[in-house]
Amino acid sequence: MRIRKRNSGSVATPALLSLILVVLVAITVYVFASNLPWAVRPAPITSVGAEIDHQYDLTLAVTGTVFILSQLGLAFAVFKFRDHGQRAHFTRGSNTLEAIWTTATIVLFLGLGLMGHKAWAEVRFTAPAPDAIQVEVTGNQFVFNFRYPGPDGKFGRLDPKQISASTGNPLGIDANDPAGKDDIVVPTLTVPVNHEVNLLIRSQDVIHNFYVRELRIQQDAMPGMVIPLHFTANTIGQYEVVCTQLCGLGHSRMHSYLNVVSDADYDAFLKQQAAGQ
Amino acid sequence: MSSHAHTGGSTVHAPIAEPSGFIRKYIFSVDHKVIGIQYFLLALTAVVIGIVLSLLMRFHLVWPNATLPFVSGGQMSQEQYLALVTMHGTIMVFFVLTTAPQGGFGNYFLPIQIGAPDMAFPRLNMLSFWVTFLAFVCIIAAFVVPGGAPISGWTGYTPLSGLGEITGPGEGWGQTLWILSISLFCLASLLGALNFIATTIDLRAPGMSLMRLPLTVWGWFVTAILGLLAFGVLLAGGILLLLDRSAGTSFFIPAGLVVNDQLQAHSGGSPLLWQHLFWFFGHPEVYIAILPGMGVASHVLSTFARKPVYGYRAMAYAICAIGFLGFMVWGHHMFVSGMSPYSGFAFSVLTMSIGVPSAIKTFNWLGTLWGGKIQFKTPMLFALGFVSLFVSGGLSGLFLAQPAVDNMLHATYYVVAHFHLVMGVAAIFGIFAATYFWFPKMFGRMMNEPLGKIHFWFTFVGAYCIFMPMHFIGIAGGIRRYADASAVGFLAHLQPVHEFMTIAAFITGAAQLFFLCNFFYSLKFGPKASKNPWNATTLEWDTDSPPPIDNFGGHYPSVYRGPYEFSVPGAVDDFIPQWQEPAQVARVK
Repeated sequence: MRIRKRNSGSVATPALLSLILVVLVAITVYVFASNLPWAVRPAPITSVGAEIDHQYDLTLAVTGTVFILSQLGLAFAVFKFRDHGQRAHFTRGSNTLEAIWTTATIVLFLGLGLMGHKAWAEVRFTAPAPDAIQVEVTGNQFVFNFRYPGPDGKFGRLDPKQISASTGNPLGIDANDPAGKDDIVVPTLTVPVNHEVNLLIRSQDVIHNFYVRELRIQQDAMPGMVIPLHFTANTIGQYEVVCTQLCGLGHSRMHSYLNVVSDADYDAFLKQQAAGQ
Repeated sequence: MSSHAHTGGSTVHAPIAEPSGFIRKYIFSVDHKVIGIQYFLLALTAVVIGIVLSLLMRFHLVWPNATLPFVSGGQMSQEQYLALVTMHGTIMVFFVLTTAPQGGFGNYFLPIQIGAPDMAFPRLNMLSFWVTFLAFVCIIAAFVVPGGAPISGWTGYTPLSGLGEITGPGEGWGQTLWILSISLFCLASLLGALNFIATTIDLRAPGMSLMRLPLTVWGWFVTAILGLLAFGVLLAGGILLLLDRSAGTSFFIPAGLVVNDQLQAHSGGSPLLWQHLFWFFGHPEVYIAILPGMGVASHVLSTFARKPVYGYRAMAYAICAIGFLGFMVWGHHMFVSGMSPYSGFAFSVLTMSIGVPSAIKTFNWLGTLWGGKIQFKTPMLFALGFVSLFVSGGLSGLFLAQPAVDNMLHATYYVVAHFHLVMGVAAIFGIFAATYFWFPKMFGRMMNEPLGKIHFWFTFVGAYCIFMPMHFIGIAGGIRRYADASAVGFLAHLQPVHEFMTIAAFITGAAQLFFLCNFFYSLKFGPKASKNPWNATTLEWDTDSPPPIDNFGGHYPSVYRGPYEFSVPGAVDDFIPQWQEPAQVARVK
């Protein structure tokens, strides 16, 4: 059986496919360009967050260009080279073009990757300043607890055997360790603006995650590890902290707040908490 | 058993006798073609279940308080939603995206395309299928055991998956069955991979050099090598996880964990170790799902553009490069896990570099179309759709490959959009292209073209309507695997987009009925297919539709040229099959 030539030569199918691809590109570009509320990230509140955004924008420019060119190229080829009775142009390819294309993508993609390294290194390869505020973040099913060392500047020892949420010791601070007496444990994270904070992220049970969109930070809380992470928030406000690592039944309700406050408010917060301990 | 060979008369090889009993012929068959169809039907069953699960999820995300008829308590609970997340992912990745392209089409067409009478180890092949089937029974059984299906996601991260039912519903029996199912699947896939590799290396017809292999065979061959190296690692991981759960070991569980105020009696293990083992398998698995689709796309694009594959060698090398690099990038799933940030940097650079062979492939697909004489048959439409989706889904990977940018996009719907487009929908478009393309060969009848085209339009537009908006809500911080968006303030304004995606999902899901109807109708009533209905060039078109038990009816083909000789200058026809002797090629006088 021979393929019916007339059917293959129909113009409707390639025209429709090309049209869909053009519309796809148009809508995608429109949504990226017009900052619709459901398609934008919130403004970052750290300088590293701004750098991450810059790297994101750069990546968007590169991938966006490739996206537009390849989808429109496909749309063009589909319509232009539809079967209208011609004979196909015979070619097996071109080594020169392969080489150019390969080199271009190596430069583009690896270049992008190496540039993106900077924002990562600033947070992850460096130690926090010695005077950074230490806050321990503990996840358990399905709450966050934040612990401040209190006036003595030392965290009390933890003993898993003493963990008891019902008696007010959800972290299991060792009752026999004097350093733990003044530790402050609260369900929300309060930090002073423009002061470096070093989080010590840990978990009591399964893997959780500490995610604040405005910080551009996600970090798993990995059982058995204490993972340090430092940031300096530069904008006063309240931001949501969520868990993004599937942690069980109540995963989507594991939620807290990051309060970035003025120095005066931060001191007041510490005093108030210390008085309550 | 009645498989004693008849003497073959004048043919070179004695034809293999067809087994006579129903069970030997259709159930415990050693014929790679029957086994291929068995894999295909298993995947078809699995994909129907997988789609229904995803529609239930989409429904719940938009109407969480709706009363559902078959749900205990009327409304879907959080654990039921998470069970859907887990089971949808597991069923789709293992029993659809791995099973159909490789187990189904690879099994059926790899031997025929290289001119072999069967797989190298036919009995092993049968064993592979039945162990896969057993794995499928195990995973489905997880729905009905006490506690229900597991809720730890398709990645089964410990300690959630390692401590038993104390960590949540479904983490008892359901999780155990999940691990058992995955382990059995790995075992079956290992055996299958051995078989594919041995077959490709040893059973090629005279003249079928590596550089004359159809790109589909390259896809299946490299996929088999990936499978051989990857499934063994997950099998080991699965066994260790099972021991953690049942034998009191602590491979993946550290000391001092307190769940529900109860101190766990484990110590010394590392949850990161499970992630490394899982993703050492899990990332190659992405390529296991997509490489056969790439092969099919190249094959179909060339056939219907009536042009040789542009840069055939570059395409074959790119498949090998993707396979090779695919083993060095697993850590990009773990940028925020607590793994060393220096490892994160290394994995990032390697991941960016895997974009290079992917870009080579895209470039060459466009090159194949350029200057062609494109015939828009349904398989071609799906192959073109594959290219578009692969580009869209692949490019978002360049964001996620950078740990700094991943910091904001990790675990959001952006990731869901990325992997659904590139390894889910694109791979499924590869499967659809393969189905429409090879259906005439497999079942001896043509599928209905208008129905096929309608199926394509709905699926292509529908897939983009579901998954393009998903990127944006990911950028806005929409978190995946949330049964309930009400606790988080910044998720509320994303709900209208979820509604749009859910409606698109239901329409796209319903449109798959066009395919199912077409498939089953054509099986029985489709017009009879000739030997070579697409005027194609590779060896499967040199035999009857469907092929006889020994594939070529006692004669075995020789191969005289590469696989994509279309529109060769000087030839009368616009295709020269691989099997045609040079002297028989009609030349323009």
